Amino acid sequence: MYEIVGKRELAPKIKLFEVNAPEMAEKARPGQFLIIIIDEKGERIPLTVAGYDAEKGTISFAFNEVGKTTKQLGCLKVGDSVQSITGPLGNPSDIRNFGRALCMAGGVMIAPMLLQVRALREAGNKITVVVGARIKELLFYEKEMKDLSDEFYVATDDGSKGYKGLDFLKEILSKQKFDRCVAWGPVVMMKNVCEITKPFGVPTVVTLTPIMIDGMGMCGVCRVTVGGKMKFGCVDGPEFDGHLVDFDGLINRQRMFLPEERLSSLLWELQGGCSCGGK
Amino acid sequence: MAESKPKPKIKKEAEPMPKQKPEVRRKNFNEVALGYSEEQAKTEANRCLQCPKPQCVTGCPVEISIPEFIKLLREGKYEEAAKKIKEKNSLPAVCGRVCPQEEQCQKFCILGKVGEPVSIGRLERWLADWERKRGNVKKPDDPPPTGKKVAVIGAGPAGLTAAADLAKLGHKAVIFEALHLPGGVLVYGIPEFRLPKSIVRAEADYVQSLGADLKLGYLIGRIHTIPELLKTGFDAVFIGTGAGLPAFLGVLGEHLGGIYSANEFLIRVNLMKAYAFPFYDTPIRIGKHVVVIGGGNVATDSARSALRLGAEEVCIVYRRSREEMPARKEEIENAEEEGILCKFLANPTRFIGDEKGWVKQMECICMELGPPDESGRRRPVPVKGSEFTMDVDTVVVAVGRTPNPIIQSTTEGLAVTKWGTIVADENGKTSIEGVYAGGDIVTGEATVISAMGAGKKAARAIHEYLMQEK
Repeated sequence: MYEIVGKRELAPKIKLFEVNAPEMAEKARPGQFLIIIIDEKGERIPLTVAGYDAEKGTISFAFNEVGKTTKQLGCLKVGDSVQSITGPLGNPSDIRNFGRALCMAGGVMIAPMLLQVRALREAGNKITVVVGARIKELLFYEKEMKDLSDEFYVATDDGSKGYKGLDFLKEILSKQKFDRCVAWGPVVMMKNVCEITKPFGVPTVVTLTPIMIDGMGMCGVCRVTVGGKMKFGCVDGPEFDGHLVDFDGLINRQRMFLPEERLSSLLWELQGGCSCGGK
Repeated sequence: MAESKPKPKIKKEAEPMPKQKPEVRRKNFNEVALGYSEEQAKTEANRCLQCPKPQCVTGCPVEISIPEFIKLLREGKYEEAAKKIKEKNSLPAVCGRVCPQEEQCQKFCILGKVGEPVSIGRLERWLADWERKRGNVKKPDDPPPTGKKVAVIGAGPAGLTAAADLAKLGHKAVIFEALHLPGGVLVYGIPEFRLPKSIVRAEADYVQSLGADLKLGYLIGRIHTIPELLKTGFDAVFIGTGAGLPAFLGVLGEHLGGIYSANEFLIRVNLMKAYAFPFYDTPIRIGKHVVVIGGGNVATDSARSALRLGAEEVCIVYRRSREEMPARKEEIENAEEEGILCKFLANPTRFIGDEKGWVKQMECICMELGPPDESGRRRPVPVKGSEFTMDVDTVVVAVGRTPNPIIQSTTEGLAVTKWGTIVADENGKTSIEGVYAGGDIVTGEATVISAMGAGKKAARAIHEYLMQEK
């Protein structure tokens, strides 16, 4: 059992949990992920590490309440526990001084990106950060990111704050040379970023969290085609060269269980969800 | 006059195992084999000739004193009989169900020359079940502690056996299991209808009652490495991480929806209980026309699971012929009784998807058997121009499992073969002092009982190593 010691709402339906896990707190590195099981009947879901504190013995992760499991997770309070957390899993990010780095994060992935930006900055990189969301209400960590970056931009799908869409990236990329781009977010966003950075020749790393079960190479459900070869998101990744990833194949595989996911979510709502009133 | 005292007549046929009827069991996940009654167990035990030089024992990888436990059983001394088994085997209810006894102890039974051998496995199962159902599983007296600590990596058959034997010798065994439940392949691979998970749980609990600690959700190599374990208070390490990685066919279209590795399929169904979705959160989708590629126990397990999940038609596609199928004969028969179809001498060449990225057809090529290969079985060779297609909507690829590489890649100095298995001698000793390995991680994919045998030998070798240490 892992006790929740901190809970924060980063944006509507986006929550950050801090849990007691001293051994993991010592081992986790940016880019790695955890597999979380809420209870005996729960599924195993992968969530990217969003923080660790070896002294306090805690580890953090953020999630977006989209399906049954994340909705149920969001109802847990400080003092509650989840049955199981396995981690850290996957390869840590490559953190070194690349020169100038462009860090792009969308949606819930802004939370773990903060860890990445901090690590890249400590490694000596000059950093441009872009945070994005569908609408301005879903943005968070703007101040934190701004403080850590040399340049900072905001983008929303509807243009309610900052740039509308991602086209402005072309401008940024033509103004100066970037040595690395790290793009973490929804698959469609990562796909678009990769299409934009490719002509500029900026090496672009994406993080893939396809459907996973064990998260340690056993089931193969997270298989994704990278550079024409079959790779496992969990053990070969989660980060890959974004210019080689078959995003369309990935999008298809992510939709595999949509009807079941909807059913599960609907049943959860019908049973009254939780009684916490969203707090 | 020589005939005045008739010899007791030994029945040539074994007591049959009561089973759920095929038409009933193909719709549920309950155990197929129901187990002997007390009377049947005694009748079967009475068939044992109590040979002065019992051959059966030579066929048992964990060295159970078979004639002795059978003798105790027929005398009605069930508790002592169960204890006799557990002297050597800490997982009797598991072994009584999934051991290929026909290839081991029963193969050597002298009765097998004139009729059917004694059903040793069924008797083992009956005793283990009797003791468990009684709710009072006896364990040996606690040995004096040696003060030595051993890390056991993996709570599968090899790891559980090694931990149990180490604990019985007075060592502190700490089992690190990467998944959230103990059992390894017993819990993620073998289906409920062949091995109920409550039994795996009970036997894992028994191993803990012997004094072994169990830590779940620890992927060694990521959270701690073997060198770190040896530096932080462990005197020795046993690696029993198994063959957990799925092999794929490497043909076009394998990324399509509806295509599962057998590991994924069975993990969903067994470990995550997807058959009870949505009461359990992990889903599984089964179409009408399911094909399972492969000919081993994993293939029959997958096929029979698919049937129980509601598939209209399930067909096993195997590239060799029935004779070469590595699955247990009993399981092939069970599968066929349930209505599983088999297509022999065929091999998939590609999968064709619909506009939504879901598999709709499988193209195969016919095979013929050529000369024997290194495994001694005749090598299947494709017949040119014999391609055909089958309409399918669910595919399970059960063509083998390979060793998990994470320990090897995070343990400097650990010798590994070109197949990725760990190099170990017959006692499990690896290239690093104090580090032992056994089971599928050394041999490649094999049986539960051979992994248990390896765990047993390694525990003995670790004991010797620890006790000679200054």
